[in-house]
Amino acid sequence: MSTQDPATNVTNVSYFRLTLKALGSGLIKAFNTNKTSWVGLGLFGFVCLLAVLAPLIAPHDPLDQNILDRLEGPSREYWMGTDAYGRDILSRILHGARISLMIGLVSISAALLIGTTIGLVAGYVGGKTDIIVMQIMDVLLAFPSLILGLIVVAMLGPSISNLIIAIALTAIPPFARIARAPTIVVKEREFVEAGRALGYSNIRLMGGHILPNILPEVLVMGFLWLATAIRVEASLAFIGLGVSPPTATWGGMIREGFENILDSFWLAFFPSIAILVVVFALNLLGDGLRDAIDPRLRGES
Amino acid sequence: MSGFVLKRMGFAVFTLIAVLTIVFFIVRILPGDPAMVILGDQASQQSIDLLRARLGLDRPMIVQYYDFMAGVFVGDWGVSMVSGRPVISEILKVLPATLELTIAALILGAALGIPLGVWAAISRNTVPDYIVRLASLLGLSFPAFVSAVLLLFAFAIYLPWFPVMSSGRGTTFGARMNDLALPAINLGLIMAAYITRVSRSAMLEVLGQDYVRTAKAKGISFSAIIWRHCLRNTMIPVVTVVGLYLGILIGNSVLTEIVFNRPGLGRLIVGALNQRDYTMLQGMMVIYTLLVVVVNLLTDLTYGLIDPRIKYS
Repeated sequence: MSTQDPATNVTNVSYFRLTLKALGSGLIKAFNTNKTSWVGLGLFGFVCLLAVLAPLIAPHDPLDQNILDRLEGPSREYWMGTDAYGRDILSRILHGARISLMIGLVSISAALLIGTTIGLVAGYVGGKTDIIVMQIMDVLLAFPSLILGLIVVAMLGPSISNLIIAIALTAIPPFARIARAPTIVVKEREFVEAGRALGYSNIRLMGGHILPNILPEVLVMGFLWLATAIRVEASLAFIGLGVSPPTATWGGMIREGFENILDSFWLAFFPSIAILVVVFALNLLGDGLRDAIDPRLRGES
Repeated sequence: MSGFVLKRMGFAVFTLIAVLTIVFFIVRILPGDPAMVILGDQASQQSIDLLRARLGLDRPMIVQYYDFMAGVFVGDWGVSMVSGRPVISEILKVLPATLELTIAALILGAALGIPLGVWAAISRNTVPDYIVRLASLLGLSFPAFVSAVLLLFAFAIYLPWFPVMSSGRGTTFGARMNDLALPAINLGLIMAAYITRVSRSAMLEVLGQDYVRTAKAKGISFSAIIWRHCLRNTMIPVVTVVGLYLGILIGNSVLTEIVFNRPGLGRLIVGALNQRDYTMLQGMMVIYTLLVVVVNLLTDLTYGLIDPRIKYS
């Protein structure tokens, strides 16, 4: 975490550069604390690359049905076999990655933005506002997120935007909580006091001075919740509340594959591995970084 | 003691009312008129109005809210749109199966997770620690349905040790256990992954305490330090976190029940979703809320049993 004093006579531009530089070297240091973070980053980056390049590298059209080749095992033509409609599993997994990552990234970015704002403001303002807002967040947090997502998607109808809304909704309270705790500590620090004495507005103090200090924790949570979001999206699709067919989604592919598990296990197997790899990579990444920023563990390794 | 219990119970009732209020409004604020959702796009306005009247949706919001809340507390949760039977009796019929599964999973998770976590903490930054940490991280990366499908394939189809479909209605104890085994292992392994991580970090925290150093300095044997000085102090965060993970456990139990085709709340809620059984869905949310609130209350009360220093004041 950067601890430079922004309330000194540094011009805005050079302060910004300073922050960026500190953030950059801080990040590399954080990654080095726990080498598994690099592995997670590499794996996740690789999956993102595959997802972006999917239309170029997928050997077949993910929606192209080839009835003559239905339920074929892995072969040179179809590396991961074909499903009940004769569609190429590998191509569907590659295209499914786009849906999973897109839903995950958009919903978690939204939750991060809204949740962090709520936590930051509640922690900064304090008093009754803080108590009431956090009580509401705790109540929402108590409710099983999969069930909440299930109900919201069921009522709104399964579409990409509704899935994003449902997942974002369940992820807002944890971000509010994680942002509030350090805010309460940081707002008492000298540089915030100094800023206040200089007559900075509350918004400037929150956005320019407190936010950079709580950002590392929020971002680490972001990786861990991205993993959760991808898992929840796949779970909803498995229950039958995913993006409607024939669009390829990992959860939906496992759902279809489950019906043929007795004779063609690869239908469910390969998309299962795909989900597992992405979620595991994100957990490795987030978990390693969390160790790096955890003050209790700092300076030990 | 009784003052604390009363305070916690008061808080539990408050949470219950708050969540129920949210449930009530979520179901009503979301676009999509329940009557229209139930009847479909093709329904005539007349039949929609009729159903709205039958569901009581044409009454003022405040009256609906009062009826809903009063109903929840006297056990009148409405009537299923599909079967016509009271929602509460449908739920109570399958609740034992779900409780059986989740409790078995918790026991398995704790029996596996706590020793593994403690072992990893003791052997910090050595090979066993790395292996346990990596394995637990992998375990909690598994979506419950993925692990369930893999387990089903491995131990019910490839090696036919367990039934593919567990009826959950075995009459003898042995038959029940046989039905329960794979679903409980599936849920239990995921729970174990979470519990291992908490136990490890809680144990590490305790190992750094002054009284542990003092005990070491006094020459007490290592195993006595772990058993007598550390374990109990490790339990508080573990119990807290297990309480917090209830939501995950419930979500995973839904997925597990679907894969193993086991009767329970999970299959009930998915059936209600598919058949657009709106009253049943509302009842499901009420029962989940009740479960969460009750478990949180129990978690709070357990602290005193583990740690007598926590004064109930």
